[in-house]
Amino acid sequence: MSNQNPTIQGAVCPVPLAHKDKIVMGHGSGGKMTHDLIAQTFLPPLDNRILHAGDDAGVVAGSELAQNLSDSFRLAVSTDSHVVSPLFFPGGDIGRLAICGTVNDIAMMGAKPMYLTAGFILEEGLDLEILERIVASMKSSADEAGVKIIAGDTKVVQKGSADDIFINTSGIGVIFPGVNISGANAQPGDVVIISGYIGDHGIAVLEARGELGFTSNIMSDVAPLNHLVEALLHVAEHQVHVLRDPTRGGLGTTLNEIALQSQICIEIEDELLPIRPEVSAACEMLGFDPLYIANEGKLIAIVNQSVASDALEAMHNSPYGKNAVIIGKVKEAPPKRVLLKTRYGTRRVVEMLAGEMLPRIC
Amino acid sequence: MKHLSEYRDKKLVQGLLEEINHTVTKPWTIMEICGGQTHAIMQYGLDQLLPPEIELVHGPGCPVCVTSLELIDKALAIASNPNVIFTSYGDMLRVPGSNSDLFEIRANGGDIRVVYSPLDAVKIAQQNPDKEVVFFAIGFETTAPANAMSVLQAHNLGIGNYSVLVSQVCVPPAMHAILGSPFNRVQGFLAAGHVCAVMGYWEYTPIAEQYQVPIVVTGFEPLDILQGVLMTVRQLEEGRAEVENAYSRIVVYEGNKPAQEVINRVFEICDRNWRGIGMIPKSGWCLKPEFSYYNAELRFEVSQIKSVESTLCIAGEILQGLKKPYQCPAFRTICTPEHPLGATMVSSEGACAAYYRYSNYQQNE
Repeated sequence: MSNQNPTIQGAVCPVPLAHKDKIVMGHGSGGKMTHDLIAQTFLPPLDNRILHAGDDAGVVAGSELAQNLSDSFRLAVSTDSHVVSPLFFPGGDIGRLAICGTVNDIAMMGAKPMYLTAGFILEEGLDLEILERIVASMKSSADEAGVKIIAGDTKVVQKGSADDIFINTSGIGVIFPGVNISGANAQPGDVVIISGYIGDHGIAVLEARGELGFTSNIMSDVAPLNHLVEALLHVAEHQVHVLRDPTRGGLGTTLNEIALQSQICIEIEDELLPIRPEVSAACEMLGFDPLYIANEGKLIAIVNQSVASDALEAMHNSPYGKNAVIIGKVKEAPPKRVLLKTRYGTRRVVEMLAGEMLPRIC
Repeated sequence: MKHLSEYRDKKLVQGLLEEINHTVTKPWTIMEICGGQTHAIMQYGLDQLLPPEIELVHGPGCPVCVTSLELIDKALAIASNPNVIFTSYGDMLRVPGSNSDLFEIRANGGDIRVVYSPLDAVKIAQQNPDKEVVFFAIGFETTAPANAMSVLQAHNLGIGNYSVLVSQVCVPPAMHAILGSPFNRVQGFLAAGHVCAVMGYWEYTPIAEQYQVPIVVTGFEPLDILQGVLMTVRQLEEGRAEVENAYSRIVVYEGNKPAQEVINRVFEICDRNWRGIGMIPKSGWCLKPEFSYYNAELRFEVSQIKSVESTLCIAGEILQGLKKPYQCPAFRTICTPEHPLGATMVSSEGACAAYYRYSNYQQNE
C-alpha cells in the first residue's frame, strides 16, 4: 500500500559538486568557478598589491619602476591566452582574438596599449597555411589597434597535446596622468553604458562549431576597443569610473565582478539591453541567457551621470560604439548585487555564471 | 521577436493582473508542474506581481531534478568505460551522483558529449563504429518521442553500437502522488504545456474529477502563465474542477498522435524512482522487450548498482510548503549559497537561496 501513496519529499534539483581535485571545463568558463580557482589557487601564493586589485590589467606606478619616475606615470600590464575552437569563425579568428583580448584588457584601465608579445603553442601537424593566415590576421588587427608586437616565442608539442594552436599575448600600455579607472570605482548615481549588442561572439562561435543545429548570420564582434576608450576619455576623462569588457561569463558575470569590487549595487533593465533578434532567438531555442554569452568587442562604461550624454555621443561617433546605450544605474544597496528590473517592474537577482554554460532540457 | 514578444506585452500582462485581482477573494495554492514555467516565473518576477492570496508552488517537472540517483550512478559507471562515447542533454552533466558527476568523468578522460537531439547521438554512433555510443534518455513526455525515435532509427539503420539509458517519467502519476499525499496543499494545477503538446490533455480529466482540482494546460511566456493562473483562480472561486486549455495555440485535446505512436512503439509503462519523491508505480516508460538490445542497463551490466539518497537536507519539506527555510537549523549558519547543504540553497531559483538573498536585500533597503 505504501507504494500507492508514496511520501513526497518534494522535487529537488540535486546539489552540484564543488570539484576540488581536478580541473574541469567549468574552471575556464569565466564565471564563479574561474573566480574561485583564482581566489583559492592562484592568488594566495602569488599575491601582491598590483595583482590583488583584480582589474583587467595590473597597474604599475612610476616609482615602482625607477626612483626618478613620478607616480603620475603609470603602466598597465596584462596577459591573455586564447584557445578557441574553431580557429576561424564568422567575424574573426584566433589571431584577431589574441590581439584584441590583450589590447582590450589594457584599454579597460584607461591605458593606451603600446606593445604586445605573442607566445605560440603549436600542435605537431598544423598546416603552415593556417598558421600564416592567423599571423596575417594578427598583423592587421595590431595595425588596426595601433600596437606593435615586439617579442614572441614558439613551442611545438606532440600531436594530441594541444588543439592545433594556442596563443598567449601579453601587453603593456601607458596610463596618462589624470586617468583613474578601476572596477572598484563605481559610485552610486553613476550610469551603466554598454557599447553595443551583447552575445554576438558566443553565438557566432557556437554556430561555427556546428552546435546550433541551425544557421544564422551572426558575426563575432571581436574588435580592438582602445580607440573607443580614447574617444570616451577625450570627452569625460575624470568622470569615467569603470571600464570593463564583458568577455567570458558575459555581461551578467562582469557586472557582478564590478558590484563586488566597488561594493555597490548595479541595477539594469531588461528592456534596455541591446540584443540582436537572431541572438535572442538562438538563446531562446537553446535555453541560454544572453547575459552570460561572451562578447569580444564590447565594453561596459560606468560614468558619472553628468557626462552620460557626452559619453554616449562620443561612443556613437566611433565605429566600435555605434549602438551604445544606457542599460542601468549604480545604487548603494544591496551592495555586491546585480539586480535586473523587468519590463513589468519586478526585480530579480542576476547571479554570476556558475560554471560551464549548458543548454537546458526544459 | 515574432511569436514571443506578443506574449510578453506589458499592457496585456497588466490587464490580466487586474483581472486576477478582481477574481480572487481568498487564498489559493497553485502548483506549476513544469520547471520551464518555474524558470519563466522567476525570470520575469511574475510571483511578485500576483495578489498575496495566490501562492505558486513549484512542481516536480524538472527532468534533471527527478532523475534517480541510481540511474545517475549507472550513467557515471557507463561513461567511465573507455570504449564508450556517452552523450547527454547538456544540463545532466552537472548533476551529482553518489561520488562524482559527468564533468569529473570527462576531466578523467571519459568521452562525454553534449547533444541537442538524440538523433545526433545516433549520428555519432554511425561515425564511430568501433565505439559504443550511449545516450542518456531522460525527460518527461516531451523528450520521449525524440528519444524513442533515436532507437527506431538505430534499429532501422542497423546501428548496433547505439544504446540508451532510459529515465523517462510521466506527469499524471506524479500528480496522483502529490494529490494523494496526506500533506498535500495544492488546490489547482498549471499543467505543463509542452507535455500536453505531445500527450494532449485527456489524461487529466480523471485526476480533476477524482481529487476535485482544476487543471489548466498552460504555456511558458508571461501572458501564458498569467492566463493559466486566471483560469485556475476562476475555477477555484466558482468551485469548479475541470480541465481547461490556456495554451490552445500549441496544444490540442488528443495531442500529437504520430509522436504518441512512436512512444508506444518503443516504450512500455513501468515503475520509476523519482529523486526527492521516491518510487511511484507506473510512473515512467522503459524499453519494450523487443528493443531490449538497445538497453544500456543490460548492455553494460550495471544492474548491481544500488544507490541510496542522503536524508540530510529538509529541502523536500520546504518545497512542499511544510516548512520555511528559516525553520531549518542549518539555514544561514552552516548552509549558505557559498556552502550549500541542499539543492534549494544552490539554485538561484531555490527557496532557501531566495530567502537568503531577499531578506538580506530587504535589510539593506
